[in-house]
Amino acid sequence: MSVPRYWRKQQNRYNLKGNRCETCGRYFFPPRAICPECRREGKIVDYEFSGNGTVRTFTVIRTASDDYDIQTPYAIAIIELEEGTCMTAQVICEPDEMYIGMPVKRVFRKVISEGDSGVIVYGTKFVPA
Amino acid sequence: MREVAVVGVGLTQFGERWDTSFRNLFVEAGAKALEDAGMSGDQIDEMFIGNMSGGRFVLQEHIGALIADHAGLTKNHIPATRVEAACASGGLAFRQAYATVASGMQDIVIAGGVEKMTDVGGSETTDALAGAADREWEGLAGATFPGLYAMIATDYMNRYGLTREQLAMVSVKNHRNGVHNPIAQYRKEITVEDVMRSTLVADPLRLLDCSPVTDGAAAVILCPMEMAREFTDTPVKVLASSQASDTISLHDRRDFSTLDATVAAGRRAFKQASLTPKDIGMVEVHDCFTIAELCAIEDLGFCVKGEAGKLTEDGQTAIGGSIPVNTSGGLKSCGHPVGATGIKQVCEIVSQLRGEAVGRQVDAEIGMTHNVGGTGATVVCNILGV
Repeated sequence: MSVPRYWRKQQNRYNLKGNRCETCGRYFFPPRAICPECRREGKIVDYEFSGNGTVRTFTVIRTASDDYDIQTPYAIAIIELEEGTCMTAQVICEPDEMYIGMPVKRVFRKVISEGDSGVIVYGTKFVPA
Repeated sequence: MREVAVVGVGLTQFGERWDTSFRNLFVEAGAKALEDAGMSGDQIDEMFIGNMSGGRFVLQEHIGALIADHAGLTKNHIPATRVEAACASGGLAFRQAYATVASGMQDIVIAGGVEKMTDVGGSETTDALAGAADREWEGLAGATFPGLYAMIATDYMNRYGLTREQLAMVSVKNHRNGVHNPIAQYRKEITVEDVMRSTLVADPLRLLDCSPVTDGAAAVILCPMEMAREFTDTPVKVLASSQASDTISLHDRRDFSTLDATVAAGRRAFKQASLTPKDIGMVEVHDCFTIAELCAIEDLGFCVKGEAGKLTEDGQTAIGGSIPVNTSGGLKSCGHPVGATGIKQVCEIVSQLRGEAVGRQVDAEIGMTHNVGGTGATVVCNILGV
């Protein structure tokens, strides 16, 4: 992906900055420009998530595309953040330690390097809490 | 709305088609469909082509015009449109063609689908397919497309007690059906042990849980029911064609093991046709992964949630069972050229309803198709009958 595409979501990726709708109280990560429930009646405001969550479901990726191949096998989970919204992220732990309901917390980590001289992408991963 | 019939079907051989190009794959399927309908290309009014990723797989966009040109249809300058909804692109093409004929806008319309996936390497294919889900918030986190369905399987197995062996039985059944389908990519029976011994792709899914990378094309010709007998003695009526959408990301779904878009598209189709799941004689569902077939059977209403593994184990989804599923071999054994699959499903039901499905024939008068884009963000259902 192009540099601007990573860059413009830097704050979201690094610090779990999403948003919430003040009209209905829902939280969004990844952030949304419009509340899917309230649409134009919604009022979207920025919100930084605590980063505490629970594993809802998971897998261990054994075969990945080139940029991720070096990391295989790695665990991926859908994590329910304590604010109630769900996101997809890597969990750094031994794959067989994973279980549904496992408490996790956010950490700042390298996501991928695009080859030897390309962009290094950072973002949020999770570790057992 | 006018009643609409399918009067011609055409399929290429599915598989690793090193011998032929993207454009010629479709030309072959289209020509077979025209021949099947006993029709001249000059009679075609419009064309819709389902294609997921010509841009990634063969570096080609502007698919509608390319196909019309090489099919010899630019002579009459007919409208030719490429439609895309990832793996549901073919289903979308069928629904667009159906709406175009039903509305009275055009009389004779081709709905086709084509994908040429083997001209790039495996890693490129994996990356292109990840574009069926949310690239920024699923793909960039490292979730592959099989990885997303694996997370559905983890959730499902935890909640409903599905066994790993029951999951394997979906593949075993589909391969048994595919043996009898002359265009299938893998005409070879496999065992539960073969599935259990195959390479892990994304736990708990193994290689033989996954549909393969496939080149192939499919085409069908639609016209108003009142014109159908000009072309064939065995027209197949389109009883319903429905479509539904859902969140692009799996993590935003209400329930990871239920595809709400399947539920919605299924209900709409049954309502349009004034039918219930009990009236369906066979169904082609989107088994991109074994777990997807089980979710589809339940979400369409053929059994209650959590029971599809048992239904499969009891042989009820096999030919001769109460609801034969994927008589073509499904995506698993027949192959999954992503843009073509939705049309191939219609071709299989038409063959069945005409009594031409040699070796895998089901005695039924109504069949259904179910085509999924991504992890359930788009679903197209069709019901066909004679």
